[in-house]
Amino acid sequence: MGNTISEKILMAHIAAKGSVKPGEFIEAKVDVALANDITAPLAISEFKKSGFSKIFNKNKVVLVPDHFAPAKDLKSANQCKILANFAKEQGIKNYFEIGLMGIEHALLPEQGIVLPGDLVIGADSHTCTYGALGAYATGMGSTDLARAYIDGKCWLKVPATHKYIYKGKLNKWVGGKDLILYTIGQIGVDGALYKVMEYCGPVIKKLGMDDRFSMSNMAIEAGARAGLIEPDEITKEYVSGFKRRPKYYYSDKDAVYEKIYEWDVTKLEPQVACPHLPSNVKPVSGLKNIKVDQVVIGSCTNGRISDLRIAAKLLKGKKAAKGVKLIVFPATQKIYLEAVKEGLAEIFVKAGGVFSTPTCGPCLGGHMGILAEGEVAIATTNRNFLGRMGSPKSFVYLSNPAVAAASAITGRITHPAKI
Amino acid sequence: MIIKGKVHKFGDDINTDDIIAAKYLVSTDPKELGLHCMETISPEFSQKVSPGDIIVAGNNFGCGSSREHAPLAIKGCGISAVIAKNFAAIFFRNAINIGLPFLESSDIDNINDGDMVEIDLSSGIIKNITQGKDFKTQAFPEFLQDIVSSGGLIEYIKKKEKK
Repeated sequence: MGNTISEKILMAHIAAKGSVKPGEFIEAKVDVALANDITAPLAISEFKKSGFSKIFNKNKVVLVPDHFAPAKDLKSANQCKILANFAKEQGIKNYFEIGLMGIEHALLPEQGIVLPGDLVIGADSHTCTYGALGAYATGMGSTDLARAYIDGKCWLKVPATHKYIYKGKLNKWVGGKDLILYTIGQIGVDGALYKVMEYCGPVIKKLGMDDRFSMSNMAIEAGARAGLIEPDEITKEYVSGFKRRPKYYYSDKDAVYEKIYEWDVTKLEPQVACPHLPSNVKPVSGLKNIKVDQVVIGSCTNGRISDLRIAAKLLKGKKAAKGVKLIVFPATQKIYLEAVKEGLAEIFVKAGGVFSTPTCGPCLGGHMGILAEGEVAIATTNRNFLGRMGSPKSFVYLSNPAVAAASAITGRITHPAKI
Repeated sequence: MIIKGKVHKFGDDINTDDIIAAKYLVSTDPKELGLHCMETISPEFSQKVSPGDIIVAGNNFGCGSSREHAPLAIKGCGISAVIAKNFAAIFFRNAINIGLPFLESSDIDNINDGDMVEIDLSSGIIKNITQGKDFKTQAFPEFLQDIVSSGGLIEYIKKKEKK
């Protein structure tokens, strides 16, 4: 009986060599242990309380102050300072101060910190993003991170895998975000609870890395532990410039899947998740006359350069509708600079938008765009839970960057083909 | 370990933003977090909880973010245990790692808001005192029981390192 890609990566990382079976508890060695300004302070204080003084490996611990950074208030400044101090004290190379920083899940692949075949744990639920590279990446809590700081290991229950096969040809304005929203709409927010999602099929083979990252990013919104895509030429091209060498794993032909879904997505139109769950998904043409007060384009889901290019294509020479607050935030400093050089930043500013430094701020109602009572937003982010972006009486719709940009122009949720 | 308390009942898919909104994540103090527990969906919740009370919920409890502040807020506001049909995976491991007692049970439809309930963590038996009914649930696998009985993940690792 064969194994899936995720089982093979886990097998290569178990402390005691051998095979792994779904449902089994294992202790595994981690390649990357990530935390941010919300989760690292708790991990660091647990680590310090444990009585250990040196982290297991200063090259494998990554700290990114991105959630409430640049510090939004005194308390978050103090939290960020804990990361800076710990990085200095432990000699952690991969600490990213603002100015070098980016939203963690866009930053780590861009910097070559995560590579195919890695086992990554992150005290952030969207750590699953790196599955797009063919890595096993999963979100955990701060105490898990504190433990990894001690001995470089984590405990895991080996998940069973669900396979998702996408067939057909994608329409214009439809991308990875629409595939994952459609998928979550079909299976629900607990449709892949405790499972690994493995995305494959001819449609995935043609998707660029940015779209793949969007898909893996939202595996957690279906309750999954990870969302993987087997590496191919597109993956290899993406990681070709990095010093550390990747390890490529593939699912066996006779690998065991607990469930297999197969969809022809030829007729799929852009998808929108309506308040207040990522599974409350409708095709964009099914949403009539929904006025928006704010449009947010960015985040670890859709803040990459190809996302900004799509948005800029629609917004070029246009203005955001009167009264609509348009916020565009590139995911990393590198993407920011590219957007400036390519003239995208100018397009957004001329459209009456805000072009912001990288931050997770608006996505989780942290800062840089909190919604007031009664306000409606369309966002390219990943969660639309009640109160997620501000007031418990506000409303968040999730979409791809094209729908968000089109909606900014008209002031209503709009199919990009109408622009 | 026996836990007894009054039930606060919730539905399916209670997410981590419901349990503790992101704006409060500038603290790691359980007591401070506890003051805002469930605030988005039940603004008076932290005042209604008496020490020892129990949360009972449906499917996918704790879905969303990895914030350990969520189980900490639940503990911090005085809740002694959570019973749900099932838990989101990251919340599940966070609860184990910080030692928040919880049980998975499909029988929660037989428990009402305000009922007095007694749970025995080692046997997995839930007694609904108000209704005079008992339910048996599955106890945790040995590996997880070891972590919980050590007093959480860090204590478990310290014990292992000493061996």
